[in-house]
Amino acid sequence: MFLKNTVAAIALTVAAGTAMADCGISEGRVSIVGNEFPAIQTVGANAMECASDSVEVSTNLTADHQTINLPGMQGNPAEYTSAIVANSSIVALMNEDVIRPLDDLIAAHGQSLKPNQIVTINGQAMAIAFMANAQHLVYRADVLEEAGVAVPTTYEEMLAAAEAIRAAGIMENPVGGPYAAGWNLAQEFNNMFLGFGGQHFEPGTANPTVNSEAGVKTLEMMKALSEYMNPDYLTHDSNGTNAEFRAGNTALMHMWGSRAATLVEAEGVPQEVVDGFAIAGPLTVGGGTTPASTLWWDGWTVAKNISDADAEATFKALLNGIDPSILSGEDVASQAVWLIDGYEPTEAAVGVFEAANSGTAPYPMLPYMGLMHTALGAELTDFMQGNESAEQALADVEAAYTAAAKENGFLQ
Amino acid sequence: MKHKTFFWFFLPTAMAMLIFIAAPIVSVVMQSLFLPHEAVLIQVENCGPFGCTQQTSIDQEATQALRDAAPMGRFAGLEVYFDRGHLATAEVAAAWRNSESLGAFFGELNNLPFYRAMAFTLTYTFTVTPLLIALGFFIAVGVNSVTRQLRGLLIFFSLLPMIVTPLVGSLILFWMIDARGVLGNLIQYLAADPDLSLKASTPLMWISLIIYGIWSSAPFAFVVFYAGLQTVPQDTLESAQIDGATRWQQIRYVLIPHLMPLITFVALIQLMDNFRVFEPIIGFSAQAHATSLSWIIFNDLGGETRQLSAAATTSVLTVLCVAILLTPVLVRTWRDFKGKA
Amino acid sequence: MASKAQEKPLGLRILLTVFLVVWLIAAAFPFMWTLWGSFKVELDFFSISNWRDALTGPRTEFTYGHPFTGAGYAGAWIQEEFWRSVINTFIVCFFVVCISLTLGTLGGYALSRSGHNYVFWLLITALIFRALPPITLVSGYLPPFFEWNIWGYLPTAIIVLVAINQPFTLWMLHSFFQKIPKELDESAKVDGCTQFQAFRHVIIPVMWPGVITTGLFSFLLAYNDFAVTAMLLSESNRTMIPAVAAFLGTTQTEGNVMFAVAAVVSATVPLFIMVMFFQRQIVSGLTAGAVKG
Repeated sequence: MFLKNTVAAIALTVAAGTAMADCGISEGRVSIVGNEFPAIQTVGANAMECASDSVEVSTNLTADHQTINLPGMQGNPAEYTSAIVANSSIVALMNEDVIRPLDDLIAAHGQSLKPNQIVTINGQAMAIAFMANAQHLVYRADVLEEAGVAVPTTYEEMLAAAEAIRAAGIMENPVGGPYAAGWNLAQEFNNMFLGFGGQHFEPGTANPTVNSEAGVKTLEMMKALSEYMNPDYLTHDSNGTNAEFRAGNTALMHMWGSRAATLVEAEGVPQEVVDGFAIAGPLTVGGGTTPASTLWWDGWTVAKNISDADAEATFKALLNGIDPSILSGEDVASQAVWLIDGYEPTEAAVGVFEAANSGTAPYPMLPYMGLMHTALGAELTDFMQGNESAEQALADVEAAYTAAAKENGFLQ
Repeated sequence: MKHKTFFWFFLPTAMAMLIFIAAPIVSVVMQSLFLPHEAVLIQVENCGPFGCTQQTSIDQEATQALRDAAPMGRFAGLEVYFDRGHLATAEVAAAWRNSESLGAFFGELNNLPFYRAMAFTLTYTFTVTPLLIALGFFIAVGVNSVTRQLRGLLIFFSLLPMIVTPLVGSLILFWMIDARGVLGNLIQYLAADPDLSLKASTPLMWISLIIYGIWSSAPFAFVVFYAGLQTVPQDTLESAQIDGATRWQQIRYVLIPHLMPLITFVALIQLMDNFRVFEPIIGFSAQAHATSLSWIIFNDLGGETRQLSAAATTSVLTVLCVAILLTPVLVRTWRDFKGKA
Repeated sequence: MASKAQEKPLGLRILLTVFLVVWLIAAAFPFMWTLWGSFKVELDFFSISNWRDALTGPRTEFTYGHPFTGAGYAGAWIQEEFWRSVINTFIVCFFVVCISLTLGTLGGYALSRSGHNYVFWLLITALIFRALPPITLVSGYLPPFFEWNIWGYLPTAIIVLVAINQPFTLWMLHSFFQKIPKELDESAKVDGCTQFQAFRHVIIPVMWPGVITTGLFSFLLAYNDFAVTAMLLSESNRTMIPAVAAFLGTTQTEGNVMFAVAAVVSATVPLFIMVMFFQRQIVSGLTAGAVKG
């Protein structure tokens, strides 16, 4: 109890130091858990401004939020009154039923929200989205020009462009991509698979269907791309891939929109990389029209196991956190592709906007998608290293997924 | 010592271990025997920033009813222990029937996560442990023989591999052994192969991990042995010298027997730690080439849907494997113990 | 001691020196490389274009007009307030070392002085306890800790670290205590001391070599821990290693590797001071305190 009071007291003094906002909260407890990137820090800091003598507001923004948000919301009353999640991670909270529908609160206080910010599941509003993300093409305009190729719009063109750059002797490994074994590799598979028109599951069931024609084509395309990558590509996550790009070793890569904005802002990036840096929308593949990418949103939720007063306080504090006025803050507009009213896209946001406009599929919000993602990340490396066939790798994925889905009650 | 006195001396440490280790072990075992309830799935329409889609979700009310009926979950017994993610008995049996040669059988086995992890873990454990003990011992003897003024500095530098946190230490080495890094370049130069990349080849990645393992754990053995060397009875050593024992004989017949309990201790701790190898795999992004049981647990818990039962089962299997691994050392400890009592 | 018979032949001396020098290079080179690189920008530190860049720093010169920069240090310490994590780390380390040594010496002493069979089984149980991967333990702690409202505070992390480290401490101190002859405290008991008095007056004065070595390992464990502190401490109570990990960033977000490198290098300074301060205890204190025989 003593500790708790001290923490609250510190939170209050911190809040007292900054500009106090009137969020219309009379009393309540607000405790937010979320990831720690700058855009979420901004939201958290603005929510903190609602703290007053009778309103306690605290945030815990950490990269490990996914591990602690569920246990932190399962207690009664829950430690966290709100979790900031993405469309992949809201599923874990939905599966355990720890977040509450927001319809009443939206009707009462949410007039400032745009309709597309409200995430509804089965007709009930469960989250308020405030930013978007997607993977898209990042390239070196100067290198493409030197090699005499146009900016690719499909992966087939990307392969041809890569061959042209290599043949011209400009770069040995012109293609980059976050292909690190695990989560990243699985995500690249998902992108490409959706681009080929693949379906991860039989509709309405948890039965896997990745071992299909689309799955094999996906793996073959990934393998073909990897021929033009640094031989260590299975260890390159987006940090590693970005480092290659900054060093001027790659000319074409598929990168997160959230990482594109700061790509050439790092210290010491060579001038030709800064000048040649360009962004385009995601690519299509195999003659398909759906881009080989996925759309992501980040948004906030409100816990179920808290009093209605705390829920209302949390809702209001977070509304203040994503108030359109935050965009006037220094650098805030470039921190993310905001979904809030009054946001003017910066140049770095082009790729994500293009992705949204060209009909890219959102990352599947399915209860068992996380299990599939984990299985893909662990089982595809054998194929990428040439140790087994695409069919065998996909069969392994399905077997690993099936075992996990049975353990978790999604399959019998 | 009387039972009662023993009890009071031992109580504080026992309480700490019971609450924070024994209790979680019980819950882990329970978790490995019970599974989450079957989820009742429904088709729903989900809407968000990118439009509406028809998707599958969990029917919370129906699932909650199942949960309330049996709060522990579905009893699965040892089912999870034998499924594909763990011991994979059915898959192993099928591989045994279908493979024509022993090589093909092991190839099939290597395709199953548990056995693939075991292959690396056991290789790692049984190369790293003896080598780090030998290296640590020679460093201890070496440092013990230099003048006192130098020893403090030597101890500090020898401890560096252990002091620099594994998270960052392995990351730094990971960059140094990159094909473009300083050590990677040196190795390319020594091997006269400009395209050599440690990170793209499974055997070379294993060797890198093993060398990292020895490098980062040798300081532990060194410090323990060094402290042990300070208590070597000087008169025994002197009488051995008077008897004309060579330096090697002194090491072999005086120092090693004296340090034997410490060597056993270091072997116990390091066998266990090396069996649970985890941080280097993450630091070196080596999971495409090498996995371990601890890594499997991490992978199961790290996904968007946490696989608690799978992770609990792998944890219990880890404990069992460690127990089997340590049996020879424990039998030895038992003999020593009975010998003394 | 420096009798004629102890003097080493020249060949052995050279061999020994070469061995130690090679080991010192192997042990210290990565650290020295990092120390040098911490004054560069990220592109030079990783030197993807050419490994010599890490030595000469062309990109650093391009950015700052000088091949060295303290930007990583300024960023970590001033902008990101790394000192908060340093203070938390030292609070955690201090209490972990004190508590685990107190519990460990009592328990380890009792184990070494009792010949009953249960002693062996207690030691084995402690060892099996240690075999459980910390990541499993920690994920088991989360629900009850949130339930009891003790999640996120330093004392919780301290107690957990002490408990997780007890098996190791017990084993280590047990083997050190075994080397202290039983006759010492037996004779004290004959003189009318209780067991605790014998421990207090006879054993404590001679136990320091083992205790200091064990303390060093407890310290390093608490200092380097990531699994427990990352999961059990809230962002405001974070210790150094989770803070360093946070500097590294994640897949979708940009990190700042140079902040992490500068933080790691500066985190080693207090350890250097500590080892230098304790070297007398580690080096000569051990011999003086040790029992002949």
